[in-house]
Amino acid sequence: MTDAPDRSAAALRDAIGRGEVTVRAAARDALGRAASARAGADGLNILLYQDTDLGDRCRSVQDAVDAKRAGPLAGVPVVIKDNIATTTLPTSCGSRILEGYVSPYRATAVARLEQAGAVVVAKSNMDEFAMGSSTEHSAFGPARNPIAPDRVPGGSSGGSAAAVAAGIVRIALGSETGGSVRQPAAFCGVVGVKPTYGRVSRYGLVAFASSLDHIGVFGRVVDDAALGLQTISGLDPLDSTSAAEPVSELTTAVRGSMTGVVVGRPREYFPDDLDPRIRDRCDRALDALRSLGAEIRDVSLPHTSLAIPVYYIIAPAEASSNLARFDGVRYGLRIEGDGLRGMYEATRSGGFGPEVTRRILLGTYVLSAGYYDAYYRKAQQVRALIARDFARVFDSGVHLLFTPTTPTPAFELGAKSDPYDMYLSDIFTCTANLAGVPALSLPIGRVDGLPIGGQIIAAHFDERQMFAAAYALERSLGAEAHQ
Amino acid sequence: MTSRAARWEDTYEMVVGLEVHVQLKTATKIFCRCSTDFGAPPNQHTCPVCLGLPGALPVLNDRAVELAVRAALALGCEVQSTSIFARKNYFYPDLPKGYQISQFDRPLATKGTVTIGWRPDGSPIVVGITRLHMEEDAGKSIHDRFPAATAVDLNRAGVPLVEIVSEPELRGSVEADAYLKTLKQILEYADVSDVSMEEGSLRVDANISIRRIGETSLGTKTEIKNLNSFSGVMRALEAEYARQCTIRDAGGRIEQQTMLWDANAGEVRPARSKEGSHDYRYFPDPDLPPLILPVERIDRVRRELPELPQARRQRYAREFANLTPYDVDVLTSQVALGDYFEQVARQSGDPKAAANWILGEVLAALNSTHQTIAHFTVRPADLAALLRMVAEGAVSRSAAKQIFTRMVATGDPPDAIAQREGLKQVSDDGALAAWVDQVLAENPGEATRFLAGETRLIGVLVGQVMRKSKGAADPKRVNQLLTERIGK
Repeated sequence: MTDAPDRSAAALRDAIGRGEVTVRAAARDALGRAASARAGADGLNILLYQDTDLGDRCRSVQDAVDAKRAGPLAGVPVVIKDNIATTTLPTSCGSRILEGYVSPYRATAVARLEQAGAVVVAKSNMDEFAMGSSTEHSAFGPARNPIAPDRVPGGSSGGSAAAVAAGIVRIALGSETGGSVRQPAAFCGVVGVKPTYGRVSRYGLVAFASSLDHIGVFGRVVDDAALGLQTISGLDPLDSTSAAEPVSELTTAVRGSMTGVVVGRPREYFPDDLDPRIRDRCDRALDALRSLGAEIRDVSLPHTSLAIPVYYIIAPAEASSNLARFDGVRYGLRIEGDGLRGMYEATRSGGFGPEVTRRILLGTYVLSAGYYDAYYRKAQQVRALIARDFARVFDSGVHLLFTPTTPTPAFELGAKSDPYDMYLSDIFTCTANLAGVPALSLPIGRVDGLPIGGQIIAAHFDERQMFAAAYALERSLGAEAHQ
Repeated sequence: MTSRAARWEDTYEMVVGLEVHVQLKTATKIFCRCSTDFGAPPNQHTCPVCLGLPGALPVLNDRAVELAVRAALALGCEVQSTSIFARKNYFYPDLPKGYQISQFDRPLATKGTVTIGWRPDGSPIVVGITRLHMEEDAGKSIHDRFPAATAVDLNRAGVPLVEIVSEPELRGSVEADAYLKTLKQILEYADVSDVSMEEGSLRVDANISIRRIGETSLGTKTEIKNLNSFSGVMRALEAEYARQCTIRDAGGRIEQQTMLWDANAGEVRPARSKEGSHDYRYFPDPDLPPLILPVERIDRVRRELPELPQARRQRYAREFANLTPYDVDVLTSQVALGDYFEQVARQSGDPKAAANWILGEVLAALNSTHQTIAHFTVRPADLAALLRMVAEGAVSRSAAKQIFTRMVATGDPPDAIAQREGLKQVSDDGALAAWVDQVLAENPGEATRFLAGETRLIGVLVGQVMRKSKGAADPKRVNQLLTERIGK
């Protein structure tokens, strides 16, 4: 915590509003911290593109501040995952096939951050097309965990999590298809939130698996994540799957007491072989919740063990279709070959890395004639059962669920060479993507100096209750969350 | 050739099912706000969505839904309260996303029928519509613009289409032709499409198989693509029928494949790639929620459905008693022609005269001046005025034709033209008597014989009077005046 920006995002905004800090100074400070953290390719490799030409942007935000028209994020520097469309920096999805590609339009989430006054300072490293759990599958080299540089930062939004952990910014955007915000948040000791499916527009998020994809937010503290998330939430006419549900204020969800709140402890998330040190940290967090007045109740989500297999059918199936547009015809990489077919083969074979290739093949297979019913249709049916598990628990008077975010702390680079081992690191997180419910990871302590995340899951569109608990737990754990 | 073809028809029955793609008449594309205007410079009407840029998402155009539902109802289909958009996955340069958004196992509408004609015994020939679904069009690959390169124009990518699939119930190319013409007419009446094969707003693929007469199971089918006119469809079907018959006759087996119609060579050829073997890996598009159509909305569209051809034919037969079935058929062949007729009929008060003029003079004038009835220079009110002038004897029939020619050329009202050109019919006995006197005086021979009772000469004399009056004289009155003089 020593090298973190001294102020929360809200405090920085207020300081800028009072004229104590200029917008330019805040942006310079962020880029300076990136330099001292060695965030570039020669160091932690957590940032792929940094904007050193922020003069105009800072000036226009400063003008708004000076005219007392400052938005809720006026002058707050932010980092954006490389698969979310920005017009000022490339959007390459950590892939050769889109290297240097600059989008002609902005993602809705980015537009909303910028309308609120945020200054995009960098795009962050990620697993190629968000496929991975360690940010080792980036075409631009693996990212490292700022807490322990021999370890991965998690993934696929590892770069954004690390940028917040390294103190470069207080708010960063990531994306989730199966835990890609919460898992790196846990590994890096920061807060990571995935809202309800439909809460944040996906317009401009380069699709991996559309029915599971979410834009999520990293914060240094719960309040940073709350401020970021409420800024980007809400119906977007450009995304047919975005929800008209009214956006609740999250930064005002702060409440000291948890009296009357029922927190479920799903037994499937505390298996016998769970790392006892992680179990211990979770128990301490649950004790803290209990002492705040919450009722802790044992519950069951019986289809949890099916989540990983179901996820690895649905996500690759959708990906195989979503990634078809990267064909060398209109934008991105093109490698000439023998005729049209040859060009397709050369471009896609040369442009996609091994993990992306594996998933495209897997997805193509499960959608093929004769296999569709056995795999894709069946997986959708099981997915409905997983979603029903959550619905039943929340209908039974349970308000929130508490679980570990990951089964292990951050692992060493190269430790998970078997893809299936890697997939298992999302075992506690991918269920929320399959069910579409909101979930948040926050630091609940360290094991051997490595951060451990606790996960709070809420019912659809109940982000406010989830944040209320996160604020309370964060305050209650205090410094213990980082010890 | 003729004798063999005749023999084939005695042995094999042609079985055809048609897949018709119809472009819906919307201002904007099906999943974005780009214009659907035809003929813009390449890639002018594009945006991140229809270009398939990373991160862009489709949003369904409600107007396209409205028109698709209307088309479905006009074809007697059951509109489904829930239908699902699916991705049809394949690679092609003019398909920007690598998949086409279409509908697969949950189409917008099913189970329609179209009556394409009547059998000699008076029973209707009814063809079933299997399904009608919505989808987006692909772009256009241009192979002949740049040497050794293919260009892609994505103006058309994302233009809304409905695909209308018929049951394999068409027996022969004549029925196929009748089906297409009926379909086109219904869609035109429903005002959902321009249905122009030339502009690509109506496209046809044909599935064809043969079977021995009397057999009830279907033979192996082939699909014919690249059909670019209704007559091309007929010719292609005949060519493919002959090809399949030849194979069957020689004991061979028909291979399921895609054939391309070559209009210039007048033959069908197997397509290079075996399209039939494609696995499109359809799955529900996760970017688009299911399309839910409340029953109230379907009912509203049904209530607001414009009058369809069959209803109009029946109404004409009922309301305009003097029209022949042929008159009715031609007048209802196009919506605008019928609309024109109805205005002229009502304003002139003489439907039969209106029909005669429209089927004669008006169609001929449209043809010779390359106009469409919708933009015809002669307004219905003016034609009705002309008809009234004839009926009231204000102009002669022959003068009326001259006036009409001037109306076509100038768009002026008939009264003004008659006035200007001196074509007003003269019924005033004083003026007519003067012309009669002159004619009798100038033709003393005929005059003497006529007045002596040789009545067959009256035609010659009336003609002389008409000529003298430059067509303005009322021939009926002239006739009477001449007759009155006999024996005087």
